[in-house]
Amino acid sequence: LWGRFPPVYLLRPPPVAAGNGPVGPGGSRTYAPPAERKRFYQNVSISQGEGGYEINLDHRKLKTPQARLFTVPTEALAIAVATEWDSQKDTIKFYTMHLTTLCNTALDNPTQRNKMQLIRAAVKFLDTDTICYRVEEPAALAELQKNEWDPIVAWAEKRYNVTIGSSTSILGPNIPASTKETFISHLASYNMWALQGIEYVITQLKSLILSMGLIDRHITVEKAVLLSRLEEEYQIQRWGNVEWAHDYDLCELRARAAAGTLFVHLCSESSSVKHKLLQD
Amino acid sequence: MAVLGSPLRTLRALLRELRQASGGTGRPYRDTPAYRHILAAFRAHRVTSEKLCRAQQELHFQAATYLCLLRSVREHAALHQEYHGKGERSPEEVAGLVGFRLPQQPGGKG
Repeated sequence: LWGRFPPVYLLRPPPVAAGNGPVGPGGSRTYAPPAERKRFYQNVSISQGEGGYEINLDHRKLKTPQARLFTVPTEALAIAVATEWDSQKDTIKFYTMHLTTLCNTALDNPTQRNKMQLIRAAVKFLDTDTICYRVEEPAALAELQKNEWDPIVAWAEKRYNVTIGSSTSILGPNIPASTKETFISHLASYNMWALQGIEYVITQLKSLILSMGLIDRHITVEKAVLLSRLEEEYQIQRWGNVEWAHDYDLCELRARAAAGTLFVHLCSESSSVKHKLLQD
Repeated sequence: MAVLGSPLRTLRALLRELRQASGGTGRPYRDTPAYRHILAAFRAHRVTSEKLCRAQQELHFQAATYLCLLRSVREHAALHQEYHGKGERSPEEVAGLVGFRLPQQPGGKG
């Protein structure tokens, strides 16, 4: 319903061997970047440069799709990205490298949005937030939504001191402007990189509230994905599970939500270990 | 706060995932920066005088999230390989599905 065009860099796995792009009008081939190519490097390592941490594939420095130098702000994020590259076997499966994709998006900003545009895009999801948009029938599903989603809405209302509510109307919930303002100013406290991650998680889960639940460590990724897919899970319980579709989508959503959440935390952390002296 | 379970369990599962993920160069997985970083982080936060240490919980949540990421990526890749990784069938195979055989044309087509 409220789908939006995925960012340029979200690559879907190809159903057939990559390399054949779609044929445009007049018979010319339009460019489609390959979703898989052979692993061409032996060693992956990290080094610290002027702009941040860099990834080295053998002697070459990793670059973004727009040919910028690939730099990340924290060492932990660099290690995680390096691990993604190192775990590729014979072929590089770009569609499994979610952290790399997120870094590329943050560095290139292909949709060319500034901070306020990103925040507004995120808060806009609140109008059609999945967990505020309720059904009236079947009664069992309505009951399930009430039992599973109401506590999360209540948590968000308490945590952010706002009114959200839920609705069975086709127009969706009526979110007061003050609520939106609160979320806008809250999101403004995150840096640009973290915001890219937050907007990504919201787009994947189709819910701002569930995403904030993840960012605030109130629920785990598995729980957030379950709540996002509540209706699917209900139908699976009723009609049965289809592994090549349901489990496939479940794993993909979990991977993306986990990557986005980790990305946000790794971009906004400032950890320091205080060593206390032992007192006798 | 999210329900996470025992940190030891998360750590062991995470290290197991790392072992499964490392397969590129044949270097032992204990040698990788990720392994060392995770162990160092867990060790640094092990001893704390507080009962409810916020930094510890943050680290545990991060570790659990990373574990979810590694596990889901591996499972997704396996599912893709099994169900969507085979590509198209050749014309011979398609004909064979309904019991036909393609004709042999020694001079080529047309």
